[in-house]
Amino acid sequence: MAVADSEHTEGAEKETKGVGAYLASHLREYGLLLALIVIMVFFQAVTEGTLLRAVNVTNLLLQNSYIVIMALGMLVVIVSGNIDLSVGSVMGFIGALAAVMIVNFDQNIYVTIIACLVVGGLIGAAQGYWVAYWRIPSFIVTLAGMLVFRGLSLWLLEGQSVGPFPREFQIIANGFMPDIFPAGIGEMLAGIFDARKVNVLALFAGIVTAALIVWMGMKQRARNKAYGIEDEPASFFAARNFIVAAALIFITFKLSTFRGLPNVLITMAVLTVIYAFLTSSTVIGRRVYALGGNQKAAKLSGINTERLTFLAFTNMGVLAAAAGLVFAARLNTATPKAGFALELDVIAAVFIGGASMSGGVGTIIGAVVGAFLMGVLNNGMSIMGIGIDYQQMIKGLVLLAAVIFDVYNKQKQG
Amino acid sequence: MATLLEMRQITKEFPGVKALDRVDLKVEEGEIHAICGENGAGKSTLMKVLSGVYPAGSYDGEIVYEGETAQFRDIRDSEDRGIIIIHQELALVPQLSIAENIFLGNERATRGVIDWRKTNRRTEELLAKVGLSEAPTTLVDSIGVGKQQLVEIAKALSKDVKLLILDEPTAALQENDSRKLLDLMLELKAQGVTCILISHKLGEVRYVADTVTVIRDGTTVSTLDAKGLSEDQIVHDMVGRDMTNRFPEHKRTPGALLLEVDDWTVWHPEHAERRVIKNASFNVRAGEVVGIAGLMGSGRTELAMSIFGKSYGRNISGSVKLRGNPIDVSTVSKAIASGVSYLTEDRKSLGLVLDETIRFNTTLANLQDVSRNGVLMRNEETRVAERYREALATRTPSVFQKVVNLSGGNQQKVVLAKWLFTSPEVLILDEPTRGIDVGAKYEIYTIINDLAAQGKGVVMISSEMPELLGMCDRIYVMNEGALVGELTAAEASQERIMSLIVND
Repeated sequence: MAVADSEHTEGAEKETKGVGAYLASHLREYGLLLALIVIMVFFQAVTEGTLLRAVNVTNLLLQNSYIVIMALGMLVVIVSGNIDLSVGSVMGFIGALAAVMIVNFDQNIYVTIIACLVVGGLIGAAQGYWVAYWRIPSFIVTLAGMLVFRGLSLWLLEGQSVGPFPREFQIIANGFMPDIFPAGIGEMLAGIFDARKVNVLALFAGIVTAALIVWMGMKQRARNKAYGIEDEPASFFAARNFIVAAALIFITFKLSTFRGLPNVLITMAVLTVIYAFLTSSTVIGRRVYALGGNQKAAKLSGINTERLTFLAFTNMGVLAAAAGLVFAARLNTATPKAGFALELDVIAAVFIGGASMSGGVGTIIGAVVGAFLMGVLNNGMSIMGIGIDYQQMIKGLVLLAAVIFDVYNKQKQG
Repeated sequence: MATLLEMRQITKEFPGVKALDRVDLKVEEGEIHAICGENGAGKSTLMKVLSGVYPAGSYDGEIVYEGETAQFRDIRDSEDRGIIIIHQELALVPQLSIAENIFLGNERATRGVIDWRKTNRRTEELLAKVGLSEAPTTLVDSIGVGKQQLVEIAKALSKDVKLLILDEPTAALQENDSRKLLDLMLELKAQGVTCILISHKLGEVRYVADTVTVIRDGTTVSTLDAKGLSEDQIVHDMVGRDMTNRFPEHKRTPGALLLEVDDWTVWHPEHAERRVIKNASFNVRAGEVVGIAGLMGSGRTELAMSIFGKSYGRNISGSVKLRGNPIDVSTVSKAIASGVSYLTEDRKSLGLVLDETIRFNTTLANLQDVSRNGVLMRNEETRVAERYREALATRTPSVFQKVVNLSGGNQQKVVLAKWLFTSPEVLILDEPTRGIDVGAKYEIYTIINDLAAQGKGVVMISSEMPELLGMCDRIYVMNEGALVGELTAAEASQERIMSLIVND
């Protein structure tokens, strides 16, 4: 009956004003950042400084690179209102494919890399086809994919580990950017900071990136002001930027005193920037959010929802392949076990990062921070010598807590 | 004859709306009592009060059933007393068998173990009673809507029904199925079951009813003896409300033919044998507002959605021309590009991405115009959203407000903004004022008048006849998937529209 759902709140729209209200409505973003800081400080303390030692920071980045790379694609898939359970298997399969091509068949590395990315895309497309055009639930399609590609890797590797890779391939994951600055500057800085050595490029990149982030933030702020857009309070803006910039410089400093910028960090950073841009600033990104937010409304707004779903899965396949290459290069061997249950870490990272199971909500930055939050937890607990049993339990509870926090927040607001 | 049920002075309020205002209803034992009224008149609400969907205490007034005051707390309560309601939308589980459905929640079981033999035997008896020759184990999914309706009645009979309420039972039925159902009602009456029939179809009402109660705008207008009652009188009582100045002034001079839809036929997406739209032809002139009247389920929305990018139905045939040239409306984006836009009936589930901002929703259907090389120009987007916020007087602190926080009227303005930003030549509005209050309605009417003044063609689908009469230059009347009449503003009246529908 039409009269029953009539609303009479004309002119009584909610307004959000003031620091407290702002914090309340953005609790999730700040909460995530805060949680990461708290966890890092905690582990730094209980591991007596091991967590943030240069070698461990480097390790942390390398260890989590493939999770982060896949989380980028998973975020898109989850925002579109789907899920991909096959990424761990696909990652393992692509690693196996690379190993067989390079080690067993002596193929050119670059040909192999391109072939692997294409195969990854095809795998994603094949799964996306069923989800998008046949409306088979993605859970089912990718659960099948998970089994199929797990089996295919076993078959391809004949149950054996295949390796090692040539050096040129290994550097994908284990290489570092050489310092392009004169050695003298590094030695000088090493003296100042009382470090064994300093890779100037790494430090320089960190400082430039930090400056860029602050500068872009301020520019956006100025623009918002010009349009009268409600923005975060100045104190929040300053504090957030200070923390981010300081953390960035701190981490790159740590890296610079070890071996410099890992290649994979560059890959990760570039991909993160590209996907953050794609999701937030392009037509196709906007449409993915609309698709996940309300598929019917999106379709009736002229959006080709099928094609978009198809593309989200294809993209996921390519990124899973990229992660597979990094993983294989890092281990320097392809094993039938590679990527086992990794899809769960990837999915957990995206949800911890604030994405919603029902689609339409989530950010790339959130997913990346979520991945590192999981990574720091893993790493910190391992350093502490906590058993794998407790580690699993704690990670599970963290995931649950993050999602409960989301739901609670939403209920309070709605 | 004794009185079985008396509802006295029933008043039911929802926040801000009085759905029922001192309604009286008196049903004698063993009669078929019809309740007539327009969509939204309060019929279904009254039945929900009676069956305990709205529990005692949530309404004012008194229900006297079998001589004593009844206080039903829920459906179970009223069912225990023999009051069974069969809703418009059938409440059967398609994947279960007929027998399982009939005894759902009321299983023939001992200590939780179902006695299938007893269940099936009893089902056979009940099916024989309603004249349905199907095996008890047949899945409900595999029988037609007409037979499903009979299963619902068998289910009611399994509960020792005294008062059977049928809410628009024939709405989804074909002619002969309807007749069968009505005959069954007469048979049940002979067996002593009292029935309340809610229906728009006056032919049916006259065929089975002993007494007719007409409800309008939440109050009882009249209770009439069905013998010798004319349909005109019922129609008059159903629609006879006074028209006040609820529509903005407008003076229109429709120009050349803009949109022409010819011989439009659409088949049901799932039931391939059902023709939902039957050879519909209509046109809209530039600067004209054309209404489509009809009851719920008459196919108005299906007509509009099938034209808009074939968003509904299968095997669609017919032609669409804009200014005399055939246009391609085979996908939503092509329809939009050709100059046809459609505002959906249900803004929340089909029109808006609720968790997103006004800006997001405003530009959603035309992102090309706020992007360059696929990259969004945020400032341009903001400017567009602001422009429509001002033009439509959307009340919101900013265009960055999530639409979920807006009232119904303001949400509707956001959806309107979305479609206006696609620069349509023809805008089809499906129930544009549903669920919004009078003030906001007036503003929406003003926007519609402005569109017509700019030379656009507007098609307005509405269940509220006064709205169509107050706004449209021409009105097409739709019934059971066909356009059964066309009236100019001068000829149109609620009585004429209603009689075109009921006499079809």
